[in-house]
Amino acid sequence: MDLSALVEPDRVHRTVYTDQQIFDIEMEKIWERIWIYCGHVSQVPNPGDYYAVTIGRQPMLMVRQNDGSVQVLYNRCPHRGVEVVGNLKGNTGSALVCSYHAWSFHLDGSVRAIPLAKGYEGTRMTRDNPDCGMKRAARVDSYRGFVFASLAADGPTLLEFLGEAKVAFDDMCDRSPVGEVEVVPICHRVMQHSNWKFFMENQLDALHPSVTHQSTGIAAGRVEKRIKAEQGSAPLYYHYLSAFASSFEQWDSVQTINFPRGHGILKAYMGLRPRDPDTVAHEELLKRAYGEAKTEEYLSRSIHHVLVYPYLSVQSPLQQLRCLRPVAPDKTLSEIWHFRLKGVPEAIYRRSLWYYNLVNSPATMINADDLENWTKGQWGLQSKGGDWVSFHRYYGDDREENGVTYSNHGTSEAVMRNQFKAWSKYMAA
Amino acid sequence: MANAKDNVGPRAIPSAGPDFEHLLAQEVVIEGAETAPTGAQAIAPDHSPRAPVPTHDAAALPAPALVASDDVQREVEQILYRQAELLDGKHWQAFIDLFAADGVYWMPVTREQTEWEGSPSIFAEDKPMMEIRKGRVSHPNAWSQAPMWETNHLVSHVAIESTANGAIEVRSRFHMMELRRDAIRHFGGSYRHTLVRDAAGALKIKLQRVDLFNGQAPFDYVLQIWV
Repeated sequence: MDLSALVEPDRVHRTVYTDQQIFDIEMEKIWERIWIYCGHVSQVPNPGDYYAVTIGRQPMLMVRQNDGSVQVLYNRCPHRGVEVVGNLKGNTGSALVCSYHAWSFHLDGSVRAIPLAKGYEGTRMTRDNPDCGMKRAARVDSYRGFVFASLAADGPTLLEFLGEAKVAFDDMCDRSPVGEVEVVPICHRVMQHSNWKFFMENQLDALHPSVTHQSTGIAAGRVEKRIKAEQGSAPLYYHYLSAFASSFEQWDSVQTINFPRGHGILKAYMGLRPRDPDTVAHEELLKRAYGEAKTEEYLSRSIHHVLVYPYLSVQSPLQQLRCLRPVAPDKTLSEIWHFRLKGVPEAIYRRSLWYYNLVNSPATMINADDLENWTKGQWGLQSKGGDWVSFHRYYGDDREENGVTYSNHGTSEAVMRNQFKAWSKYMAA
Repeated sequence: MANAKDNVGPRAIPSAGPDFEHLLAQEVVIEGAETAPTGAQAIAPDHSPRAPVPTHDAAALPAPALVASDDVQREVEQILYRQAELLDGKHWQAFIDLFAADGVYWMPVTREQTEWEGSPSIFAEDKPMMEIRKGRVSHPNAWSQAPMWETNHLVSHVAIESTANGAIEVRSRFHMMELRRDAIRHFGGSYRHTLVRDAAGALKIKLQRVDLFNGQAPFDYVLQIWV
């Protein structure tokens, strides 16, 4: 399959969103090679704690080890191939045990006991053969408590892969006076009936909000205005919704920054530093921990969210993270997590929780309309009414410095052009 | 064969021979070990694949329903039926008006959650937020409202738990079907209403808690409006 014919600098062929064969190549060349987010260390606090996670098409397990480290294993018994763990999460005690023939494994996947082991004498499946253990992900690493695994033995390190996008985790953790977050152990899961690319493009598409989210933005703005008139001020969470109804011109001024490997940043537009007592108290804690200058540096990063291409959207100022697990060309599972800043007043958590509930819950008043777009997008791309998807807005206006692409316009489709540049590189490898 | 043990010893394993006929003539009965550990328990006694089993102590049992006076029971049932009817008829303002001024509609993700604020929820809405949701679904450019959808609610098992301190605690169960495009989805679960009386003596909802039985499932598509 000649993939290079499908991606041009200003447009892509519709089949990159719809074709099963292309999807399979994506799983093989991208998902099952690059660093994939598995979870946060606080999801598995104790030895034996595990969390099931999918990397590409591979069922995997993130397991806390006896020595405190975190290992990632293929969830597969080497005997007859049965998935060893059936739950999404739990504690497995000192051993992983297969439900079929009770092969058991240490927490690091190495074999612990095989019933009637003498039956294997003289075969290639004796316990000194490493193939008798559960296979481990080729590489596991973490950054500031966020665990990633790569199924390829070679390739860039985690930090090289993240590149500038590592600021997502810095921006989240630096808001804690101890530099750490912990997971809120509830995950919203939403099944998108669309190719994963729709979500990734949408996250840095600054033109769509005032169109797609107008209904909610206007309804929220009306209530916010009334509460302000009655009470002098309105809680910040009304603004989370009303901001979506800003004008085209305002959105055009919200810049995007586009990095190599397809990562990117949508710069801040919500004004999340009000001067209320809770915010002031929070900033005081940071100043005590980091000093005035560092605190200012940490809090003045202009970030709405950061994309780690091709599957992660981190909204660091509000401590939320969305992770895509592609299922099929037209089916994508989105896992949505929220984190607490350690050592910070409860009010700061609750303020960001409103965003999590209003925007990211399954009853969201925002993503409901995004999901509708993506579903209809997936259907529309089946049409032979046209073969190409256009990314022409402000084409030619891009400014590239040291591999980083900027545009003078926030609504520029430089975002998608940059993502497909990275996609082509992965797919050609 | 019940008398197989009479023919061969219970543990005697017939040895293989030049043909299989003699194997078929013998039967081995293995008996489940009563005390000797076997299976996965023999291999890893501290391992269980299961999540911790919830303790079924008396406190976790649902309280028996009060046999309230017929008047109260019916009055409470009627407000629950009314609410279902208003949702199915898309009478959003009338639905909101069923709530007290400080009323809250809450759908937690897990049964363990006890407060409507402070942990992730599917819905956690006071009246101003309900008004935003109403405004959103009523807006001419609410894209996800085209095509429109239909719902049908059934409410049953109405059990009043207490009527103390001017508040009525009532639990019930619901089943909602939703039709959108050509697909029907089902939502089931339980309601828990805390009802209070307004100045005119009418029952108002102070808190409605909705526990979807599938609250932790991946949602095929989001919920657009209150369930």
